[in-house]
Amino acid sequence: MSKIIASAAIRGAHKIAKQAEEILSKAIEQKGFDCPVEFPNTGYYLPIIYSMTGIPIKTLADFEQVTQEINNLLPPFVDDDLWLPYLGHTLDAGMATLFAEEIIEACKYLIGPNPVDDIWLGAADDVILRERGIQFVDGTAPGFAAIAGAAPDVETAVTIARKLQERRLYVFMSAHNNGTTFAEQLVEGGVQLGWETRLIPFGREITSAIYALGFASRAALSFGGVQPGDFRRNLLYNKNRIFAFVLALGEVTDEWYATAAGAINYGFPTIADSDIPEILPTGICTYEHVVSKIPHDNIVEKAIEVRGLKIKITEIPIPVKVSPAFEGERIRKEDMQCEFGGQKTPAFEWLRMREISEVEDGNVELIGPDIDSVEVGGQLPLGIVIEVAGRKMQPDFEPVLERLVHTFINEAQGIWHMGQRDMNWLRISKEAAKAGFKLEHVGKLLHAKYHDEYSSILDKVQVKIYTDLKQVEELRTQAQAVFAERDARLAGMQDEDVETFYSCLLCQSFAPNHICVVSPERPGLCGAYSWLDCRAAYEITPTGPNQPITKGNLINKTAGQWDKINSFIAKVSGGNVERMSQYSMIVDPMTSCGCFECISAVLPLTGGIMIVNREFSEMTPCGMKFSTLAGTVGGGQQTPGFIGHSKHYIGSKKFIAAEGGIVRIVWMPSALKEEMRDVLIQRANELGLEGEKFIDMIADETTATTEEEVMEFVTKVKHPAMALESMF
Amino acid sequence: MEPKERSSDKASQEMIACMAQAGQQNAWDRFDSQLPQCGFGKQGICCRICAMGPCRISKKSPLGVCGATADTIAARNLLRMIAAGAASHSDHGREVAHTFKMAAESENSDYMIKDELKLREVAARYGIKVEGRQTKEIACELADVALSEFGKQEGTLISTQVYPPPARQKVWQQLGVTPRSIDRDIVEIMHRTHMGVGSDYKNLMKQGIRASLSDGWGGSLIATELSDILFGAPWPIRFGTNLGVLDAKQVNIVVHGHEPTLSDIIVAVSQEPELVQMAKDKGAEGINLAGICCTANEILMRHGIPVAGNFLQQELAIMTGAVDVMLVDVQCIMPSLGSLSKCFHTKLITTSPKCKIDGAEHIEFHEDKALEIARQIISVAIDNYGNRKGKTSVPKTTERGIAGFTTENIFYNLGGRFRASYRPLNDNVINGRIRGAAGVVGCNNPKQVHDYGHLTLIKELIKNNVLVVSTGCSAIAAAKAGLMRPDAAAKYCGKGLQEVCETVGIPPVLHVGSCVDNSRILTILSNVVAEGGLGEDISQLPVAGAAPEWMSEKAVSIGMYFVASGVYTVISEPLPILGAPNLTRYLTEEIEQELGGKWAFECDPIKTAEMMLEHIENKRDALGINKKGERKLYDMADRRAISVE
Repeated sequence: MSKIIASAAIRGAHKIAKQAEEILSKAIEQKGFDCPVEFPNTGYYLPIIYSMTGIPIKTLADFEQVTQEINNLLPPFVDDDLWLPYLGHTLDAGMATLFAEEIIEACKYLIGPNPVDDIWLGAADDVILRERGIQFVDGTAPGFAAIAGAAPDVETAVTIARKLQERRLYVFMSAHNNGTTFAEQLVEGGVQLGWETRLIPFGREITSAIYALGFASRAALSFGGVQPGDFRRNLLYNKNRIFAFVLALGEVTDEWYATAAGAINYGFPTIADSDIPEILPTGICTYEHVVSKIPHDNIVEKAIEVRGLKIKITEIPIPVKVSPAFEGERIRKEDMQCEFGGQKTPAFEWLRMREISEVEDGNVELIGPDIDSVEVGGQLPLGIVIEVAGRKMQPDFEPVLERLVHTFINEAQGIWHMGQRDMNWLRISKEAAKAGFKLEHVGKLLHAKYHDEYSSILDKVQVKIYTDLKQVEELRTQAQAVFAERDARLAGMQDEDVETFYSCLLCQSFAPNHICVVSPERPGLCGAYSWLDCRAAYEITPTGPNQPITKGNLINKTAGQWDKINSFIAKVSGGNVERMSQYSMIVDPMTSCGCFECISAVLPLTGGIMIVNREFSEMTPCGMKFSTLAGTVGGGQQTPGFIGHSKHYIGSKKFIAAEGGIVRIVWMPSALKEEMRDVLIQRANELGLEGEKFIDMIADETTATTEEEVMEFVTKVKHPAMALESMF
Repeated sequence: MEPKERSSDKASQEMIACMAQAGQQNAWDRFDSQLPQCGFGKQGICCRICAMGPCRISKKSPLGVCGATADTIAARNLLRMIAAGAASHSDHGREVAHTFKMAAESENSDYMIKDELKLREVAARYGIKVEGRQTKEIACELADVALSEFGKQEGTLISTQVYPPPARQKVWQQLGVTPRSIDRDIVEIMHRTHMGVGSDYKNLMKQGIRASLSDGWGGSLIATELSDILFGAPWPIRFGTNLGVLDAKQVNIVVHGHEPTLSDIIVAVSQEPELVQMAKDKGAEGINLAGICCTANEILMRHGIPVAGNFLQQELAIMTGAVDVMLVDVQCIMPSLGSLSKCFHTKLITTSPKCKIDGAEHIEFHEDKALEIARQIISVAIDNYGNRKGKTSVPKTTERGIAGFTTENIFYNLGGRFRASYRPLNDNVINGRIRGAAGVVGCNNPKQVHDYGHLTLIKELIKNNVLVVSTGCSAIAAAKAGLMRPDAAAKYCGKGLQEVCETVGIPPVLHVGSCVDNSRILTILSNVVAEGGLGEDISQLPVAGAAPEWMSEKAVSIGMYFVASGVYTVISEPLPILGAPNLTRYLTEEIEQELGGKWAFECDPIKTAEMMLEHIENKRDALGINKKGERKLYDMADRRAISVE
């Protein structure tokens, strides 16, 4: 009966609020009111508090407002007789609990015990949020399972985790039961934990559950265009987009109930293995709110049903499991049965289009010895040739499809893949070999995955796998010629060569005013979608988020504006954005959703711009960290002087061409500069800037951290941007 | 007649027996003396409108002197009942609006704006700018706008353009019944029913419909909204009820009638230390305030003041001999109280210039001296405590419950601060845990066993998973029977409704206030429509209304505005129209085509429940929510298709 749950949750909320008060006063005593507070390398301050109340917690003193808020929210205990309605109270108590738990965890970062310890990871930093959060947005990850407690034994824990992984769900772990934790059980079971495998141990205590819910809130802020303080939208975004649920394993304490009540605010139901009361009527969550006494062998399936999630598991006839959750698994040398490529043996992978009559669908051939022919830990050459045919297939899709070999192979449990083309590297684990994995399974896997995801353009797929050294070398030469030809074709492709650009509305349900216009020389700002990708995506799903836009008449050559593109933008943005430039960050710049890899911002003193990438978490010369800047640039607003873009765009000839291009760059983080070094040098040379010399004129965090310091630096090195006219 | 055959309420039975023993007459006795009641009056075919009459329609004389048919005569009579009912509610609304205006304008009024949040919400609905303005400014403008709704000569009521669902507004526009101004629509009834104006019963009824709508969505709504702002919007609250709440050891003041303006002030001062000390000096343990009828409901909803009883218990309360003052304002006050109170020490005090009663002391209430008058009345009660004659006989029976549900706090109660919404209600109606909702409202009537109709109907409905909202004397009946206890869900409800009640922590019968607060039921229905998934109009909702023991003209107006808002409404005693066959057919059948709701008459509460349940299931069928669907599971494309809000 719900009253028991309500009573327990409200009791738990009071207890946790008290704990928060205690640790907070201790922290203030030790560190002082002005001590800065943060989850390291994260934006959005303390994300639940920030997203629900709009209060940016910067110092311990800022918590005072929050404790007041907690006290306002904490409801009276539920009376045994003649109780007052408690659903609203319970939900408020749940939210108060989450605020209190954020206080507790934040204080732990200051006065210990440090949340990051041994296997425990604490808050996910912003790089992880972007990389992983986007998967919730694009559907690669349907949601997450927040596990509290521990399974009755290691084997059960491993089975539950594998089932969740197989369903592409992230597993966020917190709290302990019976002296152990789910995460520790997985470690004991030899399961690799971490963001790569989607198995994330947040902490031993229930309070660490806020890292899971905070992640959800941050996803809504970051990808959903939800404003801080707009709690309603944030929670509904989570209810309707992020299909998460709580798995309560073991004895449910008052504190667990309180935290689960907080999760119900997000529309995340609780599925328990123990015999606790149930709350079946719907309304806050999509379906039931609490279901209990679910046997372990069925708990994952039940949880998915309760959350209302549809997950397609494609049965692939190979002896190991396949899921994106296995993509990040590493295979250490000791665990390896056999490896291929990686500069140790010749190897390549090549996808080519053939005539329909030349491909026998489903045919997988192995030419040469299989993995059982080499000793454990041995090596073989490898050539993977994928031949595809389809009425809608085009040669331009070859590289797009070929790049997926990496993803597809990695998704198989116990198989690891890196690189591409003739730089690839594969490992097969002992465990996979023991399960019966052979090389033909690589072919079967690829065949199944291509059909599964690209059936609208591919009719037939056959895979030939070569391990015979001579043949591998011969075919590799052929493939290399094709790779070179492709590069030449792609490199030469200019916006002027095509009549059609593509829209990308993938993020529009999350950032309603934002539309990406993807052209050959300006890929999508997330870095994931090139013009070719968009074209392929359009062919695959003609009604999908990528639509062709005929350019129409050129109306501003420098800024890159075309009449039909503008009218498309105006229409799709509902009149919010009337004009958009492909090549300018000043005149009608392109909007951003929030997924950008980099932000360029004008540094007015210097006459140049700075570029900061998402991985750089320090302060930048414009006075804002990436996360703060992202708030200014994202959400579908046009902000002259600021644009979000991909890394690839920096090397494009059209990179802020209207403002003069890369010559304007006066500051970048050193790591980004290093990553882009070759491209920058080449571009600078093309512009007659003496590439090597130019790149040294760009300041970085080691030489300048404020705009004034950048100014000093560029003056000293006589940066060419100084000679250009003002950008505004 | 055995007390059991008069009332199903234990405390009342006890007092009825007491009265019989003492040879005191009560409403039941007087009802018996009236039998047989006039058949022409019952059928609505007696016309006393002009001096050519009275005319009575029979087979022998099917037309009145002027030529009026039974349909014309019955329609005119019915319209005049609606006019009286609408006038009563709306005049109540006007009183509140005047007090509200005084509170808004005057610096040293005894009243103040207690609910600023609701002030801003209501003002915004009425098209008043709220952003960046002071409370006082907004309140003054709202007072003027509200008061102008009563007498304006142009346009239509603002509230009817902003509260009901758009589809409902369109229905009224098409039929030409959108109310124009509250007083005007009542006046027009009196004009249209004057001798020799209209005789087309359908055209006459249109004005009845319009005036009733100006009550429900106009006068009553103004009364509710402004009372909430002025006295604070109710919030779920515990209370005690039945005659047992009277305490022989304390000074008992019973407020009775309908308006909150004086009673709320009485609540505010009744526990002032000086007054309590005065009472103690007289030998009492304290001052006990209790209520009867809707004045009781007003101060119950906002302050948890106990309710001594409903309409048919007013005489019984005096009979306890423990009531030191019965303070009355307007409506539903039996004239018999005057003579009955004379037999006891009880002082009956009338306070409204509109209501003076033979045998009562009159202390006129003026809002500008509210505190002073309230203290004066309490002092009278304290002084009177010592005058008690003999032993008091207060029945022991009491019950407790939860009241205080409103259109606005349902949002919070169903989702807390962060997820406030009607979604869980709509969801559980759609998934069938709750089949639908019923409003059970209205009076007591000695024609039915006291409270029996209310309780039997309500129990039958909740057993069949229909959530009940209740007001007025019906709500008091439910509370006395323990149906407003949250644990009643486990005792009386079907499984689905029980689960929902237990999830939210509510009783299966929700007390939403006094009879003007039937406007809350209208706005709740509008919110259910707005929440989505149950059609575009109130008439599509799986809901029904009933007044199983009605007696007053106000109930006729209420029933008419519910029918005109699209709600199937079943009442026990038939409307006095059965002698007019065409009018009867129109109101019980044809009107559904025009307005989506219709009237039905049924005395048996079990049959009434069956009729309501059938209607609810039909509406569910029409909405397509009775089909057992597979659980929808969402993939990414499905999730993208749901809007975030």
